[in-house]
Amino acid sequence: MPATDSRRSQESRDGGCPVPEVERVFRAEATRVLATLIRLLGDFDLAEDAAQDAFSAALEQWTETGIPGNPRAWLVAAGRNRAIDRLRRHRRFLSKRQELAHIAAIEAQSQLASGIASEEESRLQDDLLRLIFTCCHPALAQEARVALTLRTVCGLTTEEIASVFLLPVSTMAQRLVRAKAKIREAGIPYEVPADALLPERLDGVLAVIYLVFTQGYAPASGASLTREDLCREAIRLGRLLHAIMPGHPGPDALLALMLLHDARRDARTGPEGDIILLEQQDRSLWNRRQIDEGLALVEAALRHPCRPGAYAVQAAIAALHMRASTFAETDWPQIAGLYEVLLRLYPTPVIELNHAVAVAMVDGPERGLMLLDAIAARGTLASYHPLPAARAEMLRRLGRQTEAIAAYREALALANLEPVRRHLVDRLTELGGSR
Amino acid sequence: MQYLLLIYQNEAQAGAASPAQMAAMHQEYGAFTQSIVKSGNFKAGDALQPTATATTVRVRDGKTMTTDGPFAETREQLAGYYLVEAKNLDEATGLAARIPSARIGSIEVRPIRKFD
Repeated sequence: MPATDSRRSQESRDGGCPVPEVERVFRAEATRVLATLIRLLGDFDLAEDAAQDAFSAALEQWTETGIPGNPRAWLVAAGRNRAIDRLRRHRRFLSKRQELAHIAAIEAQSQLASGIASEEESRLQDDLLRLIFTCCHPALAQEARVALTLRTVCGLTTEEIASVFLLPVSTMAQRLVRAKAKIREAGIPYEVPADALLPERLDGVLAVIYLVFTQGYAPASGASLTREDLCREAIRLGRLLHAIMPGHPGPDALLALMLLHDARRDARTGPEGDIILLEQQDRSLWNRRQIDEGLALVEAALRHPCRPGAYAVQAAIAALHMRASTFAETDWPQIAGLYEVLLRLYPTPVIELNHAVAVAMVDGPERGLMLLDAIAARGTLASYHPLPAARAEMLRRLGRQTEAIAAYREALALANLEPVRRHLVDRLTELGGSR
Repeated sequence: MQYLLLIYQNEAQAGAASPAQMAAMHQEYGAFTQSIVKSGNFKAGDALQPTATATTVRVRDGKTMTTDGPFAETREQLAGYYLVEAKNLDEATGLAARIPSARIGSIEVRPIRKFD
């Protein structure tokens, strides 16, 4: 990329390039190289193998001769050639017809391959979008979309993805194999959808990115409150969509939402990894640069002529929190109002819960408790620990100690994330209840 | 690629339609079929008699068992199909969405498996 070009050419003059530098360039290019190889080769597995081969070739050659002027084009061409070799080598596994058709298709792209160096940036950009839209195609189950995006777009290993979802590696590997098989067998196109389908498909892509983010921002279990790697990947994807789909309010709003939430990261945990609640957070630890960027994006999303979507409203709520210089200055009436807007757009029990908490800040814990009890009575969030935890908090503030203890115990029984469990135990101890 | 578009709808509901509604549906199907013949997507297509006319056959241990009715009781029943040529799943689902019954029932889109 432009910033490193001068350094690269210098290294080329000097001859070889150190292995870590080759690895760094490869990591930076890996997703785009894979995206283009999938288009050229028409097959995810073949393209993954080809990308791996291209990297081995780069390690061999670049350490001798230096990094070429356009490393991405070099890697794509190398991967494509290795794929043709592979197909020829493994011809006995394929029928003659399949093999010839495959090689012909790849070679039909060869004028393109020789022209890759001059291929416009926009074309390669399109490949990345193609990859994202294909991984998030509605014909794939939601969990398959998330897994495939993490694997191919974010480059996480199958083991890493399995650990995110607390699944055995073999189960996750199977899920990825099935997803790739469906893409191949059902003819899921490697395309950015036509304009008519774009809004619906874009929503699907945003949902996957947001799911990756929430897995990082609020993991269901484990030892630490956040998984930075997932937050980072989600934000990276959000930035990418924002950059390549200008004028779409959805990506702007989602990116804003993620940036604003993530800006609090360093303030959310103490040195021992314990939770620090919003009320007690040291706001000077919030990431100012990220907040400013997020605030500008929210405003852009809200100014957009079409009605603000769920991400824009959630980002606007996050923005109100970030604008308050102390907890006491938080504009709770407006936050509660925005949750009402959100509830009208997406009446989900989790949003209802957040709404109840905001209302309690305006009208007092009694009113909040009433709303929470109504949610609890419906039983839809029966295994969601934040519900009993929020009820416990209201009861504690109302001085109804025995009931608060019972609710904290209920939350503790449901919570699997270690810092959350420690926080709930602390509250129980404060109230004189044992676990 | 070729796809089979399987049309499922609630027979009881379809049977309760008024003659005018049935005529309108029939006409819509005609127009849809014409349009996909013209666009080159159409390979084959038929409507089926209701599941009351279905007979299910199984052979176990060499013995043939013939039973009355469809193989499974479902909320919506197979009512017809189209076999279409489409360049990918998006085109196939686009065609499926235009089948008149898609508004009241469901269309299952299945790629045809090719053996080399």
